[in-house]
Amino acid sequence: MTNTEREVIIELKNLTVEFKGKGRKPFKAVDDVSFRIYKGETFGLVGETGSGKTTIGRAIVRINPLAGGEILFKGRRISGVIPKELDREVTRKIQMIFQDPMASLNERAKVDYIVSEGLYNIGGFKDEQDRVAKVSRALLEVGLLPEFASRFPHEFSGGQRQRIGIARALIMEPEFIVCDEPISSLDVSIRAQVLNLMSDLQKTKGLTYLFISHDLSVVRFIADRVGVIYKGKLVELAETEELFEHPYHPYTRALLSAIPIPDPRLEKKKKVLVYDPSCHDYSQDKPRWVEITPGHFVLANEAEIRQYQAMAG
Amino acid sequence: MTEPILSVRDLVVKFSLRGQILTAIRGASLDLYPAETVAIVGESGSGKSVFTKTWLGMLDANGWVDSGSILLEGKDLARYRTEREWLTIRGKKIAMVFQDPMTALNPLRTVGMQIQEVLELHHGMRGEEAKARTIEILGEVGIDMPEARYDQYPHEFSGGMRQRVVIAIAVACNPKILICDEPTTALDVTIQAQILELIRSLQKKLGVTLVYITHDLGVVANVADRVAVMYAGEIIEYGTVEEIFYDPRHPYTWALLSSLPQLGVKGQPLYSIAGTPPNLFTEINGDAFAPRNPKALKIDYVKRPPFFQVSPAHSAKTWLLDPRAPKVEPPETIKALQAKYEGYAQ
Repeated sequence: MTNTEREVIIELKNLTVEFKGKGRKPFKAVDDVSFRIYKGETFGLVGETGSGKTTIGRAIVRINPLAGGEILFKGRRISGVIPKELDREVTRKIQMIFQDPMASLNERAKVDYIVSEGLYNIGGFKDEQDRVAKVSRALLEVGLLPEFASRFPHEFSGGQRQRIGIARALIMEPEFIVCDEPISSLDVSIRAQVLNLMSDLQKTKGLTYLFISHDLSVVRFIADRVGVIYKGKLVELAETEELFEHPYHPYTRALLSAIPIPDPRLEKKKKVLVYDPSCHDYSQDKPRWVEITPGHFVLANEAEIRQYQAMAG
Repeated sequence: MTEPILSVRDLVVKFSLRGQILTAIRGASLDLYPAETVAIVGESGSGKSVFTKTWLGMLDANGWVDSGSILLEGKDLARYRTEREWLTIRGKKIAMVFQDPMTALNPLRTVGMQIQEVLELHHGMRGEEAKARTIEILGEVGIDMPEARYDQYPHEFSGGMRQRVVIAIAVACNPKILICDEPTTALDVTIQAQILELIRSLQKKLGVTLVYITHDLGVVANVADRVAVMYAGEIIEYGTVEEIFYDPRHPYTWALLSSLPQLGVKGQPLYSIAGTPPNLFTEINGDAFAPRNPKALKIDYVKRPPFFQVSPAHSAKTWLLDPRAPKVEPPETIKALQAKYEGYAQ
């Protein structure tokens, strides 16, 4: 199936997000980023601390306002001022899972309230019986018992709390979930459980994920396509294996070379590349977003395009 | 084999929490040899940090060494009680690099002063001599323009640079043993690679014994000569890095390696360990990992396994290695690792 035939669920067009400091000129956290996310896929977004990956996720769930560009959900603009009906639909259909399950749950509320809070906001249930049934179902879906509804977050382990965070998103019957480092703060042995749960839910419910992470090994395992972001700019985008096997942009190459490999023979002799932003000469020849091979995009100027095309063979 | 420089035997560490007693370390033993790098791997709560903190007398006030010994140059550190005794060890013999470089540094003092202080206290250096040596050390840990950086404060440094400063403080008085407790967890992968490179080159140059605490097996593969795997307060397997990565024997080590996304097959469920680590407030009978091990033997629930030797350097605490045990096959991912190693050997 070619990309043009697939249903686009989220489209970012020239997205720019700025943060204003005191008197200084605004800081561009996200700078002219465009990409599409197709229905049913997991789109991985990788980059280092401060690269703007989380800001993109937050812009999609409409926490951060845009300074420029727009966001489309199934072809309809959801950024800026939108009709109340669409607002309600988007609130329901786009959900988010946060990084730290220790900080993202209200300590003073019972699980029952935490999970159904979204429903209260949109009036998403017929009567009390319906709401309780929905909470029970959401808890069961994430591998927790319905009895847990009467407990407080502090009674749960990190892995269980992240499941509560997922249940809270699921109860809204979303189509698209922004997952912001959902397993980074979990222990190694718990990570696999949560990753598997997310994959199962994706299969059974046809969910689409935007998976934001700095852990490239996890992204390689879970994502269908990956976008690499550096200082607010998207520098490369491709299908996961294509990106890991044939990275073009020097930043991507440096990033991939730095991933520790759990194999002493390979890891001890690997060569780490260092990215030097001054290796680009963009003074005359400005970079643009180009497709080097089908589905593989890079931010490059004319000289670099020729170089990458030669590498692609 | 050479004599160990540090020898920990049957260490038991307990904490008193809200009137209950928690046994954080349940009889762990480890030998450190000169100029080697040992990685201690484990999940949070497995006791890897507490274990090494006892060597420096840095346990929180509600914790104590209940039994066991920590031998360093003929002295038993487990008997040390006073700060005065610990000051002969801390920094001088054993130094530590912590996870978060922001909290490890004093935000109100210049970076130069924080390194120089160590030289003044431990080596009795003064004035220009101490300053010159400080600048030299800053250069050694890879900080550009050390003269200018000397007068700067921690907030003027990036995360990676701060961690270099913390490392500079730790190596300033030539310790015999350097403990790095998750030094790169808070850093980006590209910076992590640089810090690992720095730690390895310093280790080679200074001939220090390095203890590297981490939960990231990729990092372990990078730095370690030997690996000790901790679970629920005990070391359950140790061996050379190749023995642990290509021929692990304990079911927990199997599970830990199998659950790595790097070894998973895309589109298939990742191997996952069921359940959660045991509660250390209650006494654990038998093998602590048994309740999470689908292939646990009956004896695993009753009797704690001793160490069984696999090779001179490699031992594991599992009944599977007892000659009377039934043959239990490791998971497919582990067999693939063994096969890969045979491929390397040829």
